[in-house]
Amino acid sequence: MSMLHLVNKSPYENGNLNTASSIMQSGDVLLLLEDGVYGAVKKGKASAMLAGHTVSVLGPDLAARGISEDKLADGVTVIDYAGFVDLVEKNDKVQSWL
Amino acid sequence: MAEQIKKFMYINRKAPYGTIYAWEALEVVLIGAAFEQDVSVTFMDDGVYQLVKGQDTSGIGMKNFSPTYAALGDFEITKIYVEKESLEERGLTLDDLQHLVWEDEDEDWAEKDSIRLVSRAELGDVLAGQDVLFNF
Amino acid sequence: MKLTIQVNEGPYQHQSADSAYFFAKAALEKGHEIYRIFFYHDGVNNGTRLTTPPQDDRNVVARWSELAQEHDLDMVLCVAAAQRRGIVDDGEAERNGKDATNIAPGFRISGLGQLIEGGVQSDRLVVFGD
Repeated sequence: MSMLHLVNKSPYENGNLNTASSIMQSGDVLLLLEDGVYGAVKKGKASAMLAGHTVSVLGPDLAARGISEDKLADGVTVIDYAGFVDLVEKNDKVQSWL
Repeated sequence: MAEQIKKFMYINRKAPYGTIYAWEALEVVLIGAAFEQDVSVTFMDDGVYQLVKGQDTSGIGMKNFSPTYAALGDFEITKIYVEKESLEERGLTLDDLQHLVWEDEDEDWAEKDSIRLVSRAELGDVLAGQDVLFNF
Repeated sequence: MKLTIQVNEGPYQHQSADSAYFFAKAALEKGHEIYRIFFYHDGVNNGTRLTTPPQDDRNVVARWSELAQEHDLDMVLCVAAAQRRGIVDDGEAERNGKDATNIAPGFRISGLGQLIEGGVQSDRLVVFGD
């Protein structure tokens, strides 16, 4: 049993990534989308919250915001909307941290 | 026909009045009560503010919907999780919140506490055991 | 996989409606079933017929209507949220004494029970919001 966690806000805007990353359990997956992708930028302090977690980020949202993939924290997987659908299928339920 | 029963969790993380999410989430919980699923409600992060006692909205011209939480027990919603860390961060204790209860038909209508104070880690386990998670 | 999608925000103000749309589209392309798309809070504003977006930008409302028509989707606007925000169909106009309707094609107005039922009947509920 595993949960897919969605975070769509910048960690510098509010605490959603903090809450999600601190409550996630082993085997869970975190998907950063919309403004949430800023949390995956390696040089940003918030990327430290991703340590130890399985993290994906929505490629179209990175590109929209001018974030090239080489700027991402290590181990972050870039996916598209089809990959998003796959994550929903692979995990038992989805928690949207709004 | 056996209707499937799922574990429904309604998660509240936003303060009341500044936005409509708290009230409109409560409306979902109340309507959802009629569907005979295994319902739980969580208050965490700013959601804990929704349960604070003594709300007086006369000055801001909005309907004070906080009395509605006291009715949750009557709707057979008896599992209300409040996150400890969220309270502590905000300088709150259970005493600041409404005392929510339900009446146990199986024990001669004995009044019981609906609020379960849980740590973030315990809440993680509770959420992991649910089937459907609603967020607002 | 049978999906119910909840959309909590209106068009343009937040990206949620866009993300929900692209997610729905990708799910359909992969052959999954969308049981219902339920619009709540300001999400009901995705169902107004009266938007005139700039020519060089996407038409969020029309996009939903087209997707619904192409895939025979059930797109529901919550009645209480719609009443509050002024999204009106014929039934609501008559019931509440309004002199106009503005619901976009492909949407219908119904109760919160439709969201709950979506949760009961689907394999996954995915919520898009702020």
